[in-house]
Amino acid sequence: MSAAEGATPAAAGTEEGSGTRSQVVRRFVQGDLASLRVVLGLAVIWLIFQSQNDRFLTAENLTNLMLQITAIGLISVGIVYVLLLGEIDLSVGAVSGLAAAVMAVLNVKHGWNPYLAIAAAVAVGLTIGVLQGFLFSRFGVPSFVVTLAGLLAWQGALLQVLGSTGTINLTDPKITGLANTFYSDAVGWIFAVLVIGVYAGVVLVGRQRRVAAGLEGEGMGALGLRIGLLAAIAIVVVAILNSDRGVPLAVLILLAFVVGMEYVAKRTRFGRHVYAVGGNAEAARRAGIPVNGVRVAVFGIAGSMAAIGGVMAASRLLAVNQGSGGSELLLLAIAGPVIAGTSLFGGRGAVWTALLGALVIGSISNGMDLLALSSAVKFMVTGGVLLIAVLIDAIARKERQAAGRV
Amino acid sequence: MAPGNALLELEGVSKRFGPVQALDRVDFAVGAGEVVGLVGDNGAGKSTLVKTIAGIHTADAGELRFEGREVSISRPQDATELGIATVYQDLALCDNLDVVANIFLGQEEIAAGPGKAARQLDEARMEHRASELLSSLAVTIPSLRTEVGTLSGGQRQQVAVARSLLGEPRVVLLDEPTAALGVPQTKQVLELIGRLRERGLGVVVISHNLANVFEVADRIVVLRLGRTAGDFAAEQTTEEHVVAAITGAGGNDGENASRQGEGRAGEEER
Repeated sequence: MSAAEGATPAAAGTEEGSGTRSQVVRRFVQGDLASLRVVLGLAVIWLIFQSQNDRFLTAENLTNLMLQITAIGLISVGIVYVLLLGEIDLSVGAVSGLAAAVMAVLNVKHGWNPYLAIAAAVAVGLTIGVLQGFLFSRFGVPSFVVTLAGLLAWQGALLQVLGSTGTINLTDPKITGLANTFYSDAVGWIFAVLVIGVYAGVVLVGRQRRVAAGLEGEGMGALGLRIGLLAAIAIVVVAILNSDRGVPLAVLILLAFVVGMEYVAKRTRFGRHVYAVGGNAEAARRAGIPVNGVRVAVFGIAGSMAAIGGVMAASRLLAVNQGSGGSELLLLAIAGPVIAGTSLFGGRGAVWTALLGALVIGSISNGMDLLALSSAVKFMVTGGVLLIAVLIDAIARKERQAAGRV
Repeated sequence: MAPGNALLELEGVSKRFGPVQALDRVDFAVGAGEVVGLVGDNGAGKSTLVKTIAGIHTADAGELRFEGREVSISRPQDATELGIATVYQDLALCDNLDVVANIFLGQEEIAAGPGKAARQLDEARMEHRASELLSSLAVTIPSLRTEVGTLSGGQRQQVAVARSLLGEPRVVLLDEPTAALGVPQTKQVLELIGRLRERGLGVVVISHNLANVFEVADRIVVLRLGRTAGDFAAEQTTEEHVVAAITGAGGNDGENASRQGEGRAGEEER
């Protein structure tokens, strides 16, 4: 995954590292290095909370933070795809609740095998997403309206599925284990080594391919820097998680989806078509890209990721209730990627902004809880951060346009 | 041009939209290594003619021949399969994608391996091919990994033309390639058109700018009110003659030619 560069597919894996210092500054101002900006913002947030409460940056709290952002991060992965199209999906919160309820009812009330129940939940999310994508692309109903209707309808369906009990407690260890399993130190380190090894392999093979095709390969120094940076991150993260309860399964699930869906977005033909449709749907259509097919698939992805997020949330809560997937979940899942640099207007963004955005939002929420601040303050601060992030993005876009028209 | 070496020939092509006769027995031809300027007033039928060749409209009557064979073009794919590429005025580029991605849009190359849908894009190969293609056209773009949205109008036009060449077409239709371009950029694009001719392609250039057309075209075809109102060898005519044919103010010659549908006004005048 090309974790440290610009938010366009173009920049991934090819251009970065080749700039002089002034170019780096320019790209920073123009928003090409939006991720760096967000990482700096995250560091500031962490320092502020740490200065107010020295329990914030403890291994235990950081592990909790990772567990808290799993569900929202997974839902945001799907949202990123929808945002890349320049569309919106307001139903993902309700879909996550409904899917979790379907899983709970099938597993608890009907005694289904837990994996089958989870598969059924994901199938529900996929079906809903495909249906909404079809209604949007086939009939031209704005996605905003289709998914707003979905938001209401699926919330109703959630209440219907839960029935009179209102709450279903999850006891199946296979399901509750998703969010409550921690691996031993050794497994954590093996995981770190694997990640570093695979990343180094991918980077080096990519460079080899370019050289073989007679193109300029990235300098070995820059390459080493990237691999070293990732290795450092992996080692620090695993060390922190190991000093508490160990690497949680939930974190591995989140990372696997982020990396996998990032690969699909940046490295496959389908992903390229998603960016193309989001950038200029008419151009994509004329180039022979099945625009409506791409749209339906993307909404299917959003529905599926919402369902997976719902399953993880239920596993962490150990229950599904009438509030599942409700309240601010939807808005935070959309706000996260936007804070981290994915454009609301389509065509620009990256899947890992789902993770970065969830980290920012989760940190604010977690830190305020530690300071025992009220929900009122929490919402206002989160809203303020979203506004600032979008403002910075808008300013960066202006800079970019001013520079682009030379 | 002699009919024998025409790559693409239209004879008596008509197209009607409801009460409007957009094309009325139009004759048109372009040969290999020839640049034909297609000019005419607004509503003269230039766009309709190009869209008929590109397969967006289907001719009501008349004959289309490609390399001497009679063909029917009823869908854009038909035109593409024959080897006719069209670059529309709005270029249809994705501003958020880089030059390589735009050139290969919809025709991306994927690396070898199992599982077609999951396979990686072969970025290295695409970049290599794009760079070869652009340098063969003497197009210089600082970095192929620049987003197309940040390029100048002339560079965007060059990218759009390069993209149309990916399928190795024989005929390229360019709709207003120099509209909204500055002087140096117009020069770039006209030079590019010259290189398409050197490659042996048949090039049709629609333009409002007669100076540009005269600079680059071998032959100039005038449409007026859906009819062929003139067919001039660029070197043997003047702007006044062409303007006269466009406006219909040129006296009887142009009118006669269009009525007879012969498209030889320029030669008759001489």
